Amino acid sequence: MKVAITSTGNSPDATLDPRFGRCAYFVIYDTQSRSTEFIPNPAREAEDGAGPEAVKLVASRNAKKIVSGEFGLKIKPLLDSLKIQMIVLKDPGKRVSEIIEMLNH
Amino acid sequence: MLYEEYEALRLCDYDLYNHHQASELMGVSRPTFTRIYASARQKIANAFVEGKPISIEGGKVYFDSDWYHCQSCGCYFNNPEKDIKVEACPLCGAATFNNFEYGDPENDEECRNVSRRRSCGRERRKRHQQS
Repeated sequence: MKVAITSTGNSPDATLDPRFGRCAYFVIYDTQSRSTEFIPNPAREAEDGAGPEAVKLVASRNAKKIVSGEFGLKIKPLLDSLKIQMIVLKDPGKRVSEIIEMLNH
Repeated sequence: MLYEEYEALRLCDYDLYNHHQASELMGVSRPTFTRIYASARQKIANAFVEGKPISIEGGKVYFDSDWYHCQSCGCYFNNPEKDIKVEACPLCGAATFNNFEYGDPENDEECRNVSRRRSCGRERRKRHQQS
């Protein structure tokens, strides 16, 4: 299963980005093959609609869960209808590598 | 009466939130909330005075999925598949999670930081300890 994590940088040492729509990078982690893919967020600087764009990107990679610091009001119904699970982590200091480790529980 | 009008009335007059808190819970601005609330009261009064029945239907609403809070890793997560029961935290795999009620005053710091002035009913944000 694929999990998307919002990241502030393109390395596993980067920390979790607390924003979903305007995060710097998306990390797509595959729990089966244990591979990671870093995708820069194209909608990062968008004036509006960054959230729905981000949802499109994540959904196109078939991610079933998203780990981020916060989800906007427009995002929750969208993700609910796509049956993508939201995981809110209120810990901005968490590294991407640590989150991946937690996912491998 | 629309669903959001019922919700506005419930938050304000049943759960006793102020307009500011209630608008945040409903995800609308404070002025919009007041408009919804005023419309709800108008309809209720109309039904009362004219002896009409009240039916609640329609409106722009979205039912949030169930949210949970994991005590082991501290994360919050929802359950998009309503038919499947959650058995473990999706992040750390622990079974130590409980139902998270959004807007429960115990869970909601926002609500705790707002106090109401008794004299005029105006709300004011509490200053933190240092002052």
